[in-house]
Amino acid sequence: MITIKLKYQVEKDDFMKAGQASSNLKKVLKQLGINSKIVRKIAIATYEAEMNIIIHSEGGSIDASIDPEKVKIIVRDRGPGIKDIELAMKAGYSTASQKVRELGFGAGMGLPNIKRCCDEFAIRSSFGEYTELSITIYHSGNNTEEGGE
Amino acid sequence: MRTVKGLISRLDLELVAGEKAIGNDIKSVYIGDLLSWVMSHVKQKDVWITIQTNINVVAVAALGEVSCVIIAEGAEIEEITIKKAEQEDIPLLRSNLSAYDLAVEINKYLELK
Repeated sequence: MITIKLKYQVEKDDFMKAGQASSNLKKVLKQLGINSKIVRKIAIATYEAEMNIIIHSEGGSIDASIDPEKVKIIVRDRGPGIKDIELAMKAGYSTASQKVRELGFGAGMGLPNIKRCCDEFAIRSSFGEYTELSITIYHSGNNTEEGGE
Repeated sequence: MRTVKGLISRLDLELVAGEKAIGNDIKSVYIGDLLSWVMSHVKQKDVWITIQTNINVVAVAALGEVSCVIIAEGAEIEEITIKKAEQEDIPLLRSNLSAYDLAVEINKYLELK
């Protein structure tokens, strides 16, 4: 398998298309025969990241590269950035608006969920500028349905 | 095997969308309305009971690979959600029962000999 690169643009406040990037990535990973438990983890992490862009940012993109060993996802938005990353990583902490909460989001579980689902996680943010997540999930050796957790 | 189809007839559920996938089998039940909480806790082949009816329910159901979604207590479902569930082949059902009563009834169905 060669490295496959996918790019998705995600727009601010676009709840109608929410989940499209993660659904598309999930389909590709399934077609590649990657273990379904691993695919599920990647889909959850990507979905949370996608929702974060829609809910909290000015828009951004999700870049996925899939190689024979791992899936690496870079999520980058155009701001406004996170003031206190440690606080943002805390389960249950959210800055989501009431309107967003009424849609069922804003549980403060997004970033913790992403971290839980992946093998390597990094978050960088410059307040007022951007937030970037780097998410890596290894799948090699797990390419059969018997593998996995 | 326990299927969505079996559940629909036993609990007299209203089939709102996703008829093509009512052959899905069911293993357990999950109840929740906070989407990102549901996303991280729901399991494959769960029946997901919620009162949340916006379009994002369908994305969570599809990514979480649930067998079906039941909207409890007869909550009104947005048209766009119904369309999306149809597109994604997610059985979308509705009942006047509460989430608790639904779970109790589903449990009886799952434990049928």
